[in-house]
Amino acid sequence: MNVSESANLDVAKDLGLLPEEYDRIKEILGREPNFTELSIYSVMWSEHCSYKNSIKWIKKLPRKGERLLAEAGDENAGLVDLGDGLACAFKVESHNHPSAIEPYQGAATGVGGINRDIFTMGARPIAQLNSLRFGNPELDRTKWLLKYVVKGIGDYGNAFGVPVVGGEVYFDECFNTNPLINAMSVGIVKKGNTISAISKGVGNPVFIVGSSTGKDGIHGATFASEDITEASSDKIPSVQVGDPFQEKLLLEATLEVIKTGAVVGMQDMGAAGITCSTSEMSAKGEHGMDIYLDKVPLRQKSMKPFEILLSESQERMLIVVEKGREQEVLDVFDKWDLNCVQIGHVTEGDVLRYYMDDELVAEVPAESLVLGGGAPVYDREYKEPAYFSENKKFKIDDVALSGDLKEVARFILNCHNIASKKWVIDQYDTMVGTKNMSTNINCDAGVVNLKGTEKALLTSIDCNSRYVQADPFQGAAIAVSETARNIVCSGGKPEAVTNCLNFGNPYNPEVYWQFVNSIKGMAKACEKFETPVTGGNVSFYNQSTLNGKEVPVFPSPVIGMIGLMEDKKNITGIGFKNEGDQIFLIGKSRNDINCSEYLYRWHKIKKSPAPYFDLEEEYELQELVKQLIREHVIESAHDVSDGGLFVTLFESARENKLGFDIASDDSIRKDAFLFGESQSRIVVSVNPGKLEEFITMAASSNIEFSNLGEVQGNEALIDGESFGTIEHLAEIYDNVLHNMMEPK
Amino acid sequence: MKFGVVVFPGSNCDHDMIYVLKKIFNQEVVPLWHKDRDLQNCEFIFLPGGFSYGDYLRSGAIARFSPIMEEVIKFANNGGFVIGICNGFQILCEAHLLPGALLHNDNHKFICRNSYIIPQTKQSITTSSLDQDQPLKIPIAHGEGKYFAKDDVVKKLNDNEQVLFRYCDKYGKITPESNPNGSVENIAGVCNEQRNVIGMMPHPERAADENLQNVDGKVIFESVFKEIENRVISR
Repeated sequence: MNVSESANLDVAKDLGLLPEEYDRIKEILGREPNFTELSIYSVMWSEHCSYKNSIKWIKKLPRKGERLLAEAGDENAGLVDLGDGLACAFKVESHNHPSAIEPYQGAATGVGGINRDIFTMGARPIAQLNSLRFGNPELDRTKWLLKYVVKGIGDYGNAFGVPVVGGEVYFDECFNTNPLINAMSVGIVKKGNTISAISKGVGNPVFIVGSSTGKDGIHGATFASEDITEASSDKIPSVQVGDPFQEKLLLEATLEVIKTGAVVGMQDMGAAGITCSTSEMSAKGEHGMDIYLDKVPLRQKSMKPFEILLSESQERMLIVVEKGREQEVLDVFDKWDLNCVQIGHVTEGDVLRYYMDDELVAEVPAESLVLGGGAPVYDREYKEPAYFSENKKFKIDDVALSGDLKEVARFILNCHNIASKKWVIDQYDTMVGTKNMSTNINCDAGVVNLKGTEKALLTSIDCNSRYVQADPFQGAAIAVSETARNIVCSGGKPEAVTNCLNFGNPYNPEVYWQFVNSIKGMAKACEKFETPVTGGNVSFYNQSTLNGKEVPVFPSPVIGMIGLMEDKKNITGIGFKNEGDQIFLIGKSRNDINCSEYLYRWHKIKKSPAPYFDLEEEYELQELVKQLIREHVIESAHDVSDGGLFVTLFESARENKLGFDIASDDSIRKDAFLFGESQSRIVVSVNPGKLEEFITMAASSNIEFSNLGEVQGNEALIDGESFGTIEHLAEIYDNVLHNMMEPK
Repeated sequence: MKFGVVVFPGSNCDHDMIYVLKKIFNQEVVPLWHKDRDLQNCEFIFLPGGFSYGDYLRSGAIARFSPIMEEVIKFANNGGFVIGICNGFQILCEAHLLPGALLHNDNHKFICRNSYIIPQTKQSITTSSLDQDQPLKIPIAHGEGKYFAKDDVVKKLNDNEQVLFRYCDKYGKITPESNPNGSVENIAGVCNEQRNVIGMMPHPERAADENLQNVDGKVIFESVFKEIENRVISR
């Protein structure tokens, strides 16, 4: 054992370990760790890999369901039975910290990493989504981040060849320093053809495949587990560099090698590289490994053992192969011109031994490194922040009703959070794969054709961070509900959830209070919709410096959901289809402008509670709309969300440039009627021939519904007053992001 | 008729093209691996879209040197039909089987959206049965799709009716606004002088499945099948 590189508590602290963690390592090893070993523990016990400050609460999320083929945490991604012999692997992951300092590579490798999580299980990715949060759109930094994040996602995903079918882009100054970049991938695999991230069978060879290993991304996992500060740009070497071409080859080779039947287990290399994949696979299979680091193909000479172990170079996999069948595996990777090199073998026991030029450089028990094993688990204290009760003091009556609501309407359509995201979306290939059914019928969710079946897969990603900031419990429940609502409006049934939990520093009790309550709200909603959480990712330490003060970002528990459409003829778009169709609001209009874009930006009032939300009401609403779509009673469906009813009506009208003529409800304030964001509302249009059927069905439910008016002409007519032609309003809505990014 | 779809490393529309030929049109189709030299008696070759060899250096620049392309070039020079879509078009230009080049889009961004194109001639297998007044809604998805050729080359293309499609608006009018990428004279697709090698940036295979609610691309394939059938009969 090489102990010449002595390591002590100061070194441990520099690597991000706590003093008690250092003591625990000494206890596990029964001796002082050397520098290489300390590096291994520092990444494996980092927040990013160990979930040490979140796992206790994450375990409280509902994780069981009839369709689940793997429980949360068991595999690289969740696995859901779709019927017809198919299963769906899906997951969302953050790449916030790298994107904050190197947006192009940060975002690109986020896309690469999440796709590897899917195909390492044997599933072919068929759809991608992303959820992006940036700072004040006026800032040059925001424009720089947006430009290169979008380019990074596009360049990587377009070449890799998986369509983007959904996503969100959100702006708020709390994200000025620290954007949130979450990427989700959805893949399909024949049931029973999946591969586990497991290592077993003494003597089985261990191969590294794909790209060579370089110095990029060393300590990336540790970097992702600390606050972003002014000095963070010094950590650019912690950012990995992506190569989508290698990823595409790796995808094809991986799916092909699984077919040989010679693979025992496989795991991609993301955070903590060789360290993480060798230890997690070994711990899961309850075996050890001997690894010869000098055999790893390197990009540059003279890399130290810890650098090889910790490198987060992209587009690599670790594969354990059945002894005697090595040639079959080598042939596949040779065909695709990829590295495939044996770097070790499976051993008895559970000890990982890493050698460099015949010298043992580190020796650690696999179990001691991993989540669910020896990795620390902490209880964090939490405390309700003062702002929470202050928010509740808000009263709508204190807000003057704006005189000219037409001006407000144009203002709202001109808000970056509301306006069209076309500038972003056009840079992504949304159609490769010829499966995206929501290209020509714009739907609230992405709809993906499951070729060869009657079914379609639906997917959506959502979170209104402002609601979660205002009330983490309600906000997180709303995030789940809205994602489910998107799937229901498009003609599907919600099935399962993946989440990306983006929060500030967990050692801040107020941040941790946001985290705990978000989990509770999410759990309650997921139980109600019977959408178990199949996995995901936690990203703490997201904060910005505002006016010299460090503030946590808005808590953003981003929900990614999949759903199923049993009959793809049920696909339902947001757009009005025919003049004369009746427009109905299903759900109740309320005197509520809490947390709305209108209150926040027009009135500049930033303290209010989350909008009205009742989970039971939401559930009933979705049940009714599911039935209306199944029975083909409605022509279109679009949920009321950010910006309120006016934005929903406008977006439905814009699709086919058909106007509307509606009347408001005099029992509530007109600004609340048009721009309030109270939850559980869906706008549908009904052909006059189906009116009776519609009314009978809607009346048999407990949900209120009202006839707003009808599809007519080319204007937005409200109480007989024109708010503008749809074409003119669309000109505002369509160009906001373009004008921000490419001003004339 | 047996179709071959070349699979380069980095091709990502190969599956889509095979799906459309096989499942939508019931044609015999085989993938052709880039390292092979055997065209497997295919009578018609498609070069699909994607990022062959990562499109490093320049789109299509490396793919033209692959073993299969040597055979495709011979096949084309002997009068065999070759159609390149998107990256396939770029490869055909790099291989000098088609005139001109595809440059970075004017806005220097990748563009993916539905575009409209209008057939310009009946003198090609892809356009012979198309209505020249009927614009087609066909998706584009490219970063380097700006067609460029020198003035004298463009003049020759026009004189010989080698321009097969131009970008237009949804009414079929060829306008600067409907040109998505800055292509010279809105050119979206061309053929060679012998008219057996065809390249186009828009993806007709993305507009051929009824499940996607846009089947404007079907007529292009149908035109090809009909023309081939006629030629077989008259042979």
